[in-house]
Amino acid sequence: METVRTETRGATKSKPTSVKESYWRRLAKDLKRNKNIYIMVLPVVIYYLVFHYGPMYGLQIAFKNFNTSEGIWASEWIGFDHFVEFFNSFYFWRLIKNTFLINFYELIFAFPAPIILALLLNEIRKMWFKRAVQTISYLPHFISVVVVVGMLVDFTARDGLINELLVGFGLEPISFLQEADWFRAVYIGSGIWQGIGWGSIIYLAAMSNINPALYEAARIDGAGRLKQALHITIPGIAPIIIILFILQMGSMLSVGFEKIILMYNPITYETADVISTYVYRKGILEASFSFSAAVGLFNAVINFSLLILANRISRRTSETSLW
Amino acid sequence: MKMKQSLGERTFDFVNTLLMLILILATLYPFLYVLFASVSDPGLLAKNRGILLAPLDFSLKAYELVFNNAMIMIGYANTLFYVVVGTAINIFLTSLGAYALSRRNVMLKKPIMMMIVFTMFFSGGLIPTYLLIGDLGMMDTRWALIIPNAMSVWNLIIMRTAFQGIPESLEESARMDGANDFTILFRIILPLSLPVLAVMVLFYAVGHWNSYFSAMIYLRDRDLFPLQLVLREILITNSTDNFITGVGGGDRYPVGETVKYATIIVATLPILLLYPFLQKYFVKGVMIGSIKE
Repeated sequence: METVRTETRGATKSKPTSVKESYWRRLAKDLKRNKNIYIMVLPVVIYYLVFHYGPMYGLQIAFKNFNTSEGIWASEWIGFDHFVEFFNSFYFWRLIKNTFLINFYELIFAFPAPIILALLLNEIRKMWFKRAVQTISYLPHFISVVVVVGMLVDFTARDGLINELLVGFGLEPISFLQEADWFRAVYIGSGIWQGIGWGSIIYLAAMSNINPALYEAARIDGAGRLKQALHITIPGIAPIIIILFILQMGSMLSVGFEKIILMYNPITYETADVISTYVYRKGILEASFSFSAAVGLFNAVINFSLLILANRISRRTSETSLW
Repeated sequence: MKMKQSLGERTFDFVNTLLMLILILATLYPFLYVLFASVSDPGLLAKNRGILLAPLDFSLKAYELVFNNAMIMIGYANTLFYVVVGTAINIFLTSLGAYALSRRNVMLKKPIMMMIVFTMFFSGGLIPTYLLIGDLGMMDTRWALIIPNAMSVWNLIIMRTAFQGIPESLEESARMDGANDFTILFRIILPLSLPVLAVMVLFYAVGHWNSYFSAMIYLRDRDLFPLQLVLREILITNSTDNFITGVGGGDRYPVGETVKYATIIVATLPILLLYPFLQKYFVKGVMIGSIKE
C-alpha cells in the first residue's frame, strides 16, 4: 500500500520539457519515445478494461429489467425498483445482520489473532524454534477451501473426531454444521486456524524493521520485555495494523462466499446466509440477474464508502492512510 | 544479552513455549489424522472412537480406489492444465505490467496505475462478471478459468516493487548496446528477479490449484472439471457412491470413509511436498509487497 502512495508523488515530478508545450503534444512525444513500454502495458490495460471495468459497465442492469435476448444496453430502464424490492424483502435485515455480525466477530477475534501470534513469536529467543513454529503455522493457508471445509464436515460429523472426543469427555455430541447457533463460531474458528500464521508474517516483517537501538536504549533505562513490547514493538507495527484495519473496515459488508457456500445449508441460513451468498443463489442459481446485480451493487457501494470513511478517519487521527 | 531473568519472565517464556507447541499440534494434527486414517484398515477405522496416534493396521485399499477413479484422474489432469497454462499467462502479463509501470518518465504511468488499483476497492461483482463471461462465449470452456483471472493487482504491485529495486545502471549499459525494453525485461530484469519470480509462480499456481468457484459456476462439462470440484462432490456433497461400485457389499460404508481421507491426501500432497522447499520464498513475497519504508 505504501508503494502506491510514494509512486503518485514520484510521478508528478516528471518536469515538462517546456512550459508552453501542451499536454497532448507532450503525450504524443511520450507515446513515441516510450513506444515499447506502452506496447507492453497494453494487454494489461485491455485485461483490466474488459474484465474489471466491463462488469462495472454491466452493473447498469441493476437499474434495468435485464433479459438475455435484448442484452445489457437495450434492456428497459426501471430505476431503483430492484433496490426497493431488496430493501423491503423478508431477507434484507437478516442478510445485513448476518453479514455484519460475521465481520464484527472477525474483527474482534480473527483480526487480533495474528498480531498476538507475531508478538509472542517475537519473544521467542531460540531461532530454530521460532522458525519451526512459523513454517508450520503458514501451512494451512495453502490448503484449498474445499479441503478445509471437507475436513470440517468430517471432523464435526456425528461420528466424527470432535464429537467422539466430546462423548469421550462425557459431553453431548453437537452437530456443529447443522446448527445455526454454531455457524459463526465454526466459520471464524476455522478461519483463524487457516489464517493465523500467514497473517502474522506481515507483522513480523514490520517488527524486523524496528531499529534495534530503540530496544537497546529501553534496556539501559531498565525496561523489561513487557515494557519493550508495549512501548516499542506495538507502536512500531501500529501503522501496518492501521492499514490492515482500514482494509478490513472496507470489507465490513462483504464476506467471502466461497467458504460459506460450502459450509452452509438451509438449516443454517438463519445465521449463515450473507449478502454475497444471497447474490449467488439469486443470480447464478435462480437467474434473477438484475435483482442480484442490484444487491451486489448495494454491497459494493457500502463497502467502498466504509473504506473511504475509515481511511479518512485514520488519516485525521493517526496520519496513516491508504492514500 | 546475559540479563538476569526475573521469575515473571521465566514463567512467560514457559507459557509462551507451551502456547506455541499447542499451535503446532492444532495445526498439524488434523493433517496427521487424515494421513493415518487414509492408510488405516477401513473396518477398524469405522469401529475406532476418538483420536488416532498411528494408522490402524495398514491398508492401501483406499488409494487404490482413488487412483482407479476416472473422475479424480480427469480432475487431476485438468487441474494440471489450469495450473500450468494459467500460471504461464499470469507471469507473462504480470511481468509486462510490472516492468512498464516500474519505468521512470512514463507519462501515463500514474493514471494507468490508478485505474488498476481502483479495481482492488470496487468491482462490478459476481453477476455482471458472470454475464460478461457468457457474452464473451467463454461459458463452459477452459478459458473461463484462465482469462478472467489473468492477473492480480496485488501480485503486480509486489513485482513492480521488486523491479524498482534493481539498479538502473544495469539497464543503462544494456541500452547503450542497443537493447530495447523487451530485451531488457527478458534478458536482464527477469533473470535478476528469480526470487520474486518464484514467489509469483507460487502464489498464482497455488491459487489455480485451490480454486473451485469459477469452475463451479462456469463449467457444466464434467470432462473439464478441476480436481477441487471433484473433491467438493466427494467431501462435501458426500457422494462416495461412484467408488463403492465394485466393492463387496459388506464393507461399503467403511471404504467410503477411508476413500475421503485418501482423496484429501492425494489432492493436497503436491502442495505439502513442495511446501518445505518453497516456504522461505512466501515470506519474501509478502515482505516485498507490504513493507517498503
